[in-house]
Amino acid sequence: MRNKMLIVTTGGVVGLLGVLLVALGNPANMGYCIACFLRDISGALGLHRAAPVQYLRPEIIGLILGAFGSALASRDFRVVGGSNTLARFTLAFFGIIGMLVFLGCPLRMVYRLAGGDLNALVGFAGLIVGIAVGIMFLRHGYSLGRAIPQNKGAGYIFPIIAIILLSFLLIQPAFIFFSQEGPASMHAPIIISLAAGLLVGVLAQRSRLCMVGGIRDLIFFRDTHLLSGFVAMLVVATVGNLIVGNFNLGFEQQPIAHNDGLWNFLGMTLAGFAAILLGGCPLRQIISASEGNTDSVITVLGFMAGAAFAHNYGLAASGSGVPESGQIAVVIGLLVVLAIGVIGLQGSKALGGNVNAKDSRRSGSVMS
Amino acid sequence: MLKTVDARGLSCPEPVILTRQLLSQTTEGNVQVIVDNNTAKENVTRTAESMGWKVVVQQDTDIILNLSK
Repeated sequence: MRNKMLIVTTGGVVGLLGVLLVALGNPANMGYCIACFLRDISGALGLHRAAPVQYLRPEIIGLILGAFGSALASRDFRVVGGSNTLARFTLAFFGIIGMLVFLGCPLRMVYRLAGGDLNALVGFAGLIVGIAVGIMFLRHGYSLGRAIPQNKGAGYIFPIIAIILLSFLLIQPAFIFFSQEGPASMHAPIIISLAAGLLVGVLAQRSRLCMVGGIRDLIFFRDTHLLSGFVAMLVVATVGNLIVGNFNLGFEQQPIAHNDGLWNFLGMTLAGFAAILLGGCPLRQIISASEGNTDSVITVLGFMAGAAFAHNYGLAASGSGVPESGQIAVVIGLLVVLAIGVIGLQGSKALGGNVNAKDSRRSGSVMS
Repeated sequence: MLKTVDARGLSCPEPVILTRQLLSQTTEGNVQVIVDNNTAKENVTRTAESMGWKVVVQQDTDIILNLSK
């Protein structure tokens, strides 16, 4: 019961903070978008040169440090890795391209729904399809194999990177790019964004909030635990938007969105499929990375590389629509994720499958 | 022989899938699930309890969940 309260509270707080951060300066319906903010950080580091989307988002830095502190305090900090790292990087790389074609991660999808953006409903349908396809792979024994304990020092690298990024944000050295106009020029005050990040980092670490996990568990196990956080976020953000006057129901004229239904759908199908094969949404990957999972660190770097690639090669959508190269990238991404799914199935079989595994150190095993 | 699930090091939701797989074949008795992180411990515990199993946690380097029904 306590766990249920915690996840509902976390979802509610994420919903509330999303509305508040927008009221305090973040772009509309983008209170806490992980994909958008990782893209902005990639831009700030010069990994892409799209001038409107470059900023070291303190929300992400706060998330990492909050989750890291919480994991240390609650003894959840465990340094592991070695579970098919390259496959995870690749899944993240293409997953975020899908998100940037839709223009948001699953978290922003909820914020967009809460703002009345019906294009997000189309994306939501795509996300559910992507998750359902991913579940078919899980059902048939898909696995990227076990993570094993690593040198403890490796677990500190990720939070140290966050501290370095925080110092860059405060000092603003010349080699860091900050947007002068466009979405990334819009932001809440640093101290508030950082505090919001820390709070959500702690809560998400304790509650295990995961946006795709909620839908996955409902479809796969008929379990509504994680979904309750998702629903709480949607309800609180919707009520909050209605109160502050940011609710605008419809498909047209939605902030930082396009109304190309096919690519909204397929972008999120790709995002959902990749996230299921990864084991969690971008928020969950950041939290897991902060808890010492070095595979999740590489996954986050895959998101950043994918975001940089999307903007260097003009794949990402904008308010005016989805470029043809972005459409091609989504199709390629779906094929690549499908291939990794098949490899995961065969890997599971090669290692003895999930039942009576011959090598129980490497694949999941049930012994009876 | 005690029925065991070794789910150490597996990504979410694999520990739950493996546990469900075994519990669906087992009507009563004792089952042991080995995990290595608290997230998996909580997820497996929630799943087993929802299927009517009693869970006793034994925590050392690994976490051993003793399920009985």
